[in-house]
Amino acid sequence: MDWVANLGQQVIRSVSRMGAAALFFLQAVVGAVKCLPRFHLVIQQLYSIGVLTMLIILVSGLFVGMVLGLQGYYQLVNFSAESSLGLVVALFLVRELGPVLSALLFAGRAGSALTAEIGLMKATEQISAMEMMAVDPMQRVIGPRLIAGIIAMPLLAAMMSAVGVIGGYLIGHVQFGVDSGVYWSSMQSGVDLYDDILNGVIKSVVFGFIVTWVALFEGYNATPTSEGVSRATTRTVVTSSLAVLGVDFILTALMFGGL
Amino acid sequence: MIIPRGKVTVIMGPSGCGKSTLLGFFGGRLLPQKGSVKFDGQPVPRKRGVALYKMRRNMGMLFQSSALLTDLSVYENVAFPLREQTDLPEQIIRILVLMKLEMVGLRGARDMLPSSLSGGMARRVALARAIVLDPAMIMYDEPFVGLDPISMGVILKLIRELNDTLGLTSVVVTHDIHEGCAIADYIYLLGGGKVTGHGTPDQMLNSDHAEVRQFMKGQPDGPVHFHYPADEYLADLGRVD
Repeated sequence: MDWVANLGQQVIRSVSRMGAAALFFLQAVVGAVKCLPRFHLVIQQLYSIGVLTMLIILVSGLFVGMVLGLQGYYQLVNFSAESSLGLVVALFLVRELGPVLSALLFAGRAGSALTAEIGLMKATEQISAMEMMAVDPMQRVIGPRLIAGIIAMPLLAAMMSAVGVIGGYLIGHVQFGVDSGVYWSSMQSGVDLYDDILNGVIKSVVFGFIVTWVALFEGYNATPTSEGVSRATTRTVVTSSLAVLGVDFILTALMFGGL
Repeated sequence: MIIPRGKVTVIMGPSGCGKSTLLGFFGGRLLPQKGSVKFDGQPVPRKRGVALYKMRRNMGMLFQSSALLTDLSVYENVAFPLREQTDLPEQIIRILVLMKLEMVGLRGARDMLPSSLSGGMARRVALARAIVLDPAMIMYDEPFVGLDPISMGVILKLIRELNDTLGLTSVVVTHDIHEGCAIADYIYLLGGGKVTGHGTPDQMLNSDHAEVRQFMKGQPDGPVHFHYPADEYLADLGRVD
């Protein structure tokens, strides 16, 4: 019967952890609101979370767009529909790949860095020192990072989509000779501002929130040892990536019908 | 346990006896399961909030790891509490920071980053940061650990001088007998989750109490046993798992 006890223990631990994450969420949101008047703290974090993640997003976006261009062209040309290449590439990127892939890369690059940074701040007693200086870490450390993550994510997703569209154009026009005007005009006529672009933006805001929340929670609750920080960093990437994919399914079903 | 105002009180005890935990209680970072803690006659609030933070503005703390903010320079680390807690103009902040850095002898190191400081220097910067708001009480968590003799002498001198010149109340947690006795006005010795002895350094050094004597003389065996509790030795050796 040990397995029953172990299972029960796991369930209790998971529920307790979810409760702690929910409490942390509330404290982080309050901290984020209170830190708004000191927006320079958010700007500092926007640099380390957003600007430093740009390179991997831009390079990945270019290759993803080029692959979409190749795959899209090979399929569309069978139906003499290569004139729709621009539309296909844009819809894939704006609706799905832009927000989801950039969120996964964001989790790997910025999420892990956030967890490691906060975990090490805890291990080296910097968080305790702030508390003893009557400085609330939720306002000074967590809040600015949460806001920066929520702002950075849609911008990064937009960059990935934009660069991906250019990648698709390079393959479609330069490699396969799809007419330039047709490529852009099919996109212009087929992509809807609200149904496609706005939904993509909403997705990326939600993903930014999820990844940053998970990363900050894991860092703040990491065991203050090198092994503890390492495990927390791994958990951040795994948990936030799975959460992004799961929430993406729900959001897609809600936004584009089906549920 | 009473920490007298204006004095240097040293809390000693073997590793793991709860000395640093006690500082956690004093500062309201940890909650005692029993008993209560009062600071300046007022109970330390049990919940994090405005009241606790207001009380902490009168406390300074020097952490064992120095706990300097690694992304800020020495100057910015010392200025940090002033920027967070006051609306002072930059010119005044500059004067205050340079005054505190001068007190710890590191005015010339203001532009350095924590990563390029030695252990002793980092602790002096943390000390400057801890006193920059002129607190009523300052707590030192193992301030002598890992320091060379010169740095240790500097920290000893600073703790005593700052206490006397600024009229501070100092609480020093340490297991270093010589340094602790050299600096203390009064000593509390902890062991097994309770106060095993207290008195002036002379009283403690000449105490007849077995636990106090074992600790103060550094005897390897006594009331605190050398061996961690275990099964009978020969039986353990002969056991086949």
